Amino acid sequence: MNIAYSWVMALSAAIFAIGVAGVLIRRNILVMFMSIELMLNAVNLAFITLARRMGSMDGQVIVFFVMTVAAAEAAVGLAIIISSFRNRETINADELNLMRW
Amino acid sequence: MIVSFPPLAFILLFPLLGFLFNVFLGARRGRGAVNLIGPAAIFIPFGIALVAFVKLLTLPSGSVLSVTLWPWIYAGRFHADFALQMDALSALMTLVVSGVGAFIHLYSVGYMAHDDDFARFFAYMNLFALSMLTLVLANNLLLMFVGWEGVGLCSYLLISFWYTNAQYAYNGRKAFIVNRIGDAGFLLGIFTIVSALGSHGIWSLDFATLRDNIHLLTTATATTAAVLLFIGATGKSAQIPLYVWLPDAMVGPTPVSALIHAATMVTAGVYMVARMHFLYTLAPSAMELVAMIGAITAIFAASIAMVQPDIKRVLAYSTISQLGYMFLGVGVGAFSAGIFHVMTHAFFKALLFLCAGSVIHALDGEQDMNKMGGLRTKLPITYATMLIATLAISALPPFSGFFSKDLILESAYNSGHTGLWILGIITAAMTSFYMFRLIFMTFHGDSRVDSTKAHHIHESPQVMTIPLIVLAVMAVIGGWVGLPEGVLWGNKISQFLAPSVGNFTPVLQGGFVMLTGTSLGLALFGILLAWYFYIQAPGMPYLIAYQMQSAYNVLLNKYYIDQLYNLIVTRPLFWVSTFVLGRVVDTFMIDGIVDGAGLSVQTGGQLSRRIETGNVQQYAFVYVLGVLAIVAYYLYLVTH
Repeated sequence: MNIAYSWVMALSAAIFAIGVAGVLIRRNILVMFMSIELMLNAVNLAFITLARRMGSMDGQVIVFFVMTVAAAEAAVGLAIIISSFRNRETINADELNLMRW
Repeated sequence: MIVSFPPLAFILLFPLLGFLFNVFLGARRGRGAVNLIGPAAIFIPFGIALVAFVKLLTLPSGSVLSVTLWPWIYAGRFHADFALQMDALSALMTLVVSGVGAFIHLYSVGYMAHDDDFARFFAYMNLFALSMLTLVLANNLLLMFVGWEGVGLCSYLLISFWYTNAQYAYNGRKAFIVNRIGDAGFLLGIFTIVSALGSHGIWSLDFATLRDNIHLLTTATATTAAVLLFIGATGKSAQIPLYVWLPDAMVGPTPVSALIHAATMVTAGVYMVARMHFLYTLAPSAMELVAMIGAITAIFAASIAMVQPDIKRVLAYSTISQLGYMFLGVGVGAFSAGIFHVMTHAFFKALLFLCAGSVIHALDGEQDMNKMGGLRTKLPITYATMLIATLAISALPPFSGFFSKDLILESAYNSGHTGLWILGIITAAMTSFYMFRLIFMTFHGDSRVDSTKAHHIHESPQVMTIPLIVLAVMAVIGGWVGLPEGVLWGNKISQFLAPSVGNFTPVLQGGFVMLTGTSLGLALFGILLAWYFYIQAPGMPYLIAYQMQSAYNVLLNKYYIDQLYNLIVTRPLFWVSTFVLGRVVDTFMIDGIVDGAGLSVQTGGQLSRRIETGNVQQYAFVYVLGVLAIVAYYLYLVTH
């Protein structure tokens, strides 16, 4: 079954837009974090699609890098979130304002 | 003929080293080291100056010893070197400054023996010697100005030497500020010369260059420059109208009064006029002004000196009066006569001050002559030397003052300034009157010394009396180098100075005997009057003061000039400073600019901090907007 590349790209853009909206709108850090993952995966999808379209392996290789970074980021990010929750008992971004003026 | 003579630099080096030693190490190394190095720093230059002088005598007349130390100012086409020269005029001045200065330094060792701040004192004295020697040895007008400012600085530092006394500090500031007014004139004079000669392509202030090219100036320019330079001289040499600082300068230590305010610094103005004689000869009206100011100052200051009770103030006004004579001399074209009087005056006036210092030292700081008297037997050396100096300043032959003062008066008369000559001889009578009044009140009659001080009156130590004796010898024989033309070896000093300050041969006219006789007679009259008033009939001065109270008060209060200046200069200046500059300019303009700068930054910050909410999501939102805008732009480019 062949699906037109443009459809897949449109899906990728849609997922990315959902991710962006999630980061901008939601105040829960965990959700924001998941939205970032969403954006990363949307980008992955776009990479793979274009790699297949161009007949090149480069895009697929990049995806592995992105996944590596995403895994590392998830580890660090989750650790920060947990420790911040332990200290402040909240994961609401608006309440984590210690560094603001 | 210009002969290179590098040792000239050492004349400046030793006072510089002495100054550095005294200011940095003096207090730590103790009194012994300072007492050795302070005077040595000026005795050695005196020796070098003597060597240079002898060398100059062996060379043909008109030779100049010179050394260029380093290039100094090269700005565009203008250039000035740090260069020294010693011609006849500089040689004479250097000898006087270093010679008289050396013995005054020696005297200071004794005078400052009880002062804890001896190192600072000698540091200033050495710095003064350095500045004064720079002034007289400079080969261009600009370097001379450096020395000119340097001596002014040292004068200020030494007047307010005992700075814990607020009045002394005030007098120091007064001297500095009054001098500053004169110096402004001096600077403007230099600028006038530079710009006038610059327009002819001469961009140098070397005295030799100036001398060769001064004829390029128009009479008007020359007069302007000469008058402006003379304003500088009235400040430094305490002439009307800027003389007011000198009497107040007497609060400094007495050796300072002798060195700076009698023998050397105050004669800088006369030296400058003689040095620039080629300029003044081009400007006859400026010369007239110099002569008139000189003569008027002479009689004006002498009249004040007649009634002052403070021994040093009498001498201060006497100095102003004698400086007036010198300016009268150079003003009527007798430059060498003026310089001759600078020399003899340096001997006898320095001696007078040192003697006064010896008296003050003996009386533990007493300066009021009403509380002296009868000191003749207790201070025999001081008395003898001071009497010699008094005879010299009263211009009695064969003492030195006679020759120089007579030469000036003769020149004034022979050049047709009969009016100024009359002022001069009246001043001569006043001079001998106030000087013998000083002698009689201090050394003769009954003792009026406070009983608390009477028991420890003592003659000064040898380190102080030896300089007195040396200077007394010079006060006697110093004038013999300038005998009237035709007597023995004649006027050697004018011949010696001729290459530097122009030829001057006082015509020995038939009136010579009449002129000398008149001034001599008046001088003797002054002495007799003083003798009558203060020895024969001691009540007379009080009677006269009582009967002519208003005139007496005018003199005693120095013609109310200080009050007048206070009223027309100082008060308005204070008013402008307080109300216009202080309350308006400072509060609104200066503070406004400063406050405004701060306020604008603060307001800008307050406004721009609104953007920086610290909310990451807002930042991200703006970022996304930016990305969308860029994408939209490229899409637009692709589709069109």
